[in-house]
Amino acid sequence: MGRRTSPVSLARTASMHAVLAAYTVIALFPVFVIVVNAFKNRRGIFLAPLALPDSRTFSLTGFQTVLSQGHFVRYFENSLIVTLSSLVLVLLFGAMAAFALSEYRFRGNTLTGLYLAIGIMIPIRLGTIAILQTMVASGLVNSLAALVLVYVAQGLPLAIFILSEFMRQVSDDLKNAGRIDGLNEYVIFFRLVLPLVRPAMATVAVFTMIPIWNDLWFPLILAPSDATKTVTLGTQMFLGEFVTNWNAVLAALSLAMLPVLVLYVIFSRQMIRGITSGAVK
Amino acid sequence: MASTAIRQPAVPVASAARRKPARLWHIVVFLAPAALIYTAFLVLPLIATLQQSLFVAKGNAVVFAGLENFRRLFGDPHWSGQFWNALRNNLWFFVVNMCVQNPVGIGLAALLSAKKLRFRGAYRTAIFVPTILSFVIVGFSWELILSPLWGIAPHLLRLVGLRHWFAPWLGDAHTALTTLALVSVWQFIGIPMMLIYAALLNIPEEVLEAAEIDGLSGMAQFWKIKLPLIWPTIGIISILTFVGNFNAFDLIYVTQGALAGPNYSTDILGTFLYRTFFGFQLQEGDPHMGSAVATVMFFIILGGVSLYLFGIQRRLRRYQL
Repeated sequence: MGRRTSPVSLARTASMHAVLAAYTVIALFPVFVIVVNAFKNRRGIFLAPLALPDSRTFSLTGFQTVLSQGHFVRYFENSLIVTLSSLVLVLLFGAMAAFALSEYRFRGNTLTGLYLAIGIMIPIRLGTIAILQTMVASGLVNSLAALVLVYVAQGLPLAIFILSEFMRQVSDDLKNAGRIDGLNEYVIFFRLVLPLVRPAMATVAVFTMIPIWNDLWFPLILAPSDATKTVTLGTQMFLGEFVTNWNAVLAALSLAMLPVLVLYVIFSRQMIRGITSGAVK
Repeated sequence: MASTAIRQPAVPVASAARRKPARLWHIVVFLAPAALIYTAFLVLPLIATLQQSLFVAKGNAVVFAGLENFRRLFGDPHWSGQFWNALRNNLWFFVVNMCVQNPVGIGLAALLSAKKLRFRGAYRTAIFVPTILSFVIVGFSWELILSPLWGIAPHLLRLVGLRHWFAPWLGDAHTALTTLALVSVWQFIGIPMMLIYAALLNIPEEVLEAAEIDGLSGMAQFWKIKLPLIWPTIGIISILTFVGNFNAFDLIYVTQGALAGPNYSTDILGTFLYRTFFGFQLQEGDPHMGSAVATVMFFIILGGVSLYLFGIQRRLRRYQL
């Protein structure tokens, strides 16, 4: 308090910034290299990979190849549909189950909670073989619904666990006051409890969304058809096919990165607040 | 049944008595959607997979074979060689992840939580960027950057006078796995950093002030006060890393393909499972053998998690803050 900045603390601050800035460069460098080179011609990519595109090296051929050969718009739609549907269902069903577990005391409550928590630690991928057989039997292979069902099952355990921790902290007086006022349980859940656990919902949303959007395993196994490819699988297959066409590869990587980065820049504050759940002011 | 199912009403008794039958309905309605989807697509497939590992296909029929698949997996040199190789690689992958991600994550979080740090938000946002990118983007980008064809990595090393260090790391059986583990660390460092950062911010100001009055500041304060308080968080991060690493697949598949080259040096359990189930080259896919591999992975993960829950977590002291 009230201390003047001494040379020692100045040096300390400077070295802290040096370390953080150095790591920031490490974190962002690959993204920078890919995006910058996507806008160059082949000569520019190989002769001066670290230079920004200039009038001689600027080129959009990579993007033209990607847009004419791949179906990236469709892949994006698929990814959006799958991720958003799964997210909504995980949040809704997860919050409902968390409410049942935290609000009502009934025989088997703890046991149900434990049962629903197994999936936090045991990855759903280990059941892939039986999941594929179920989907084949029910005709859901190569449908987005197959992915949504699997991702909802995958996301629920952590959602229920986090949300029920938070719902236990919601004041009983508030809910009982609502009950005395004649509100039924569903109104209490939707109108009183849900708004109070919004920060926790944000945390759950982040932890649910990122792995779903980025998953390669289940799209590869359950929905590899061209009509149902997600952007992650679509990019992977495109890259495998065009591996020697550097312009196309760099452009495809940039196209896969940019929307996620834009969304991230817009929502990063909420996201990070969600992850650190209320700890960050 | 309905009335015995409710032990202690959460609301005053008078109103609870009136509400009892309705209550059971509420519990069912609130729990059913989650419980059904979870059971149908996570628990039952898991059980079915464990069960299938005990069967083999004989012609068109499927017959019970006891532990035959496991005998082949551990006893038949063709299978056991691949399996132990994948397990060894997977362990190394995990060890590298742990040994690099935890110290670096703690270091970054400690710097970020320093008082009056400017640009805190910018650093935090930037360092978390790799975590939101998919394995496909991360794997391919690093493959390009490390490629001797493009020459970015040797160029950068020349700038710092270490050109002779460069080798085609991903193409060399001795270095490929470690390189990929480091790429994995690069990708996920945001998670340990952020969780530890949150844990550090949760340490009350009074505790730190009291430490300063006792003459503990800077590094000494970090080692003696902060680190003991964040051990539980480090424990959670470690077990999450363990589970994540032991069902990893995507990064290896994207950069090295299902054959996890060069010469299976990057083969981990996830890629081994994929090949066993779907087949590759001349070998046909085998769902029963695949189930056996998945079952072994299940017990490895279960073992690790139990060790953590019953062996380590209980010994971690939690301080009431």
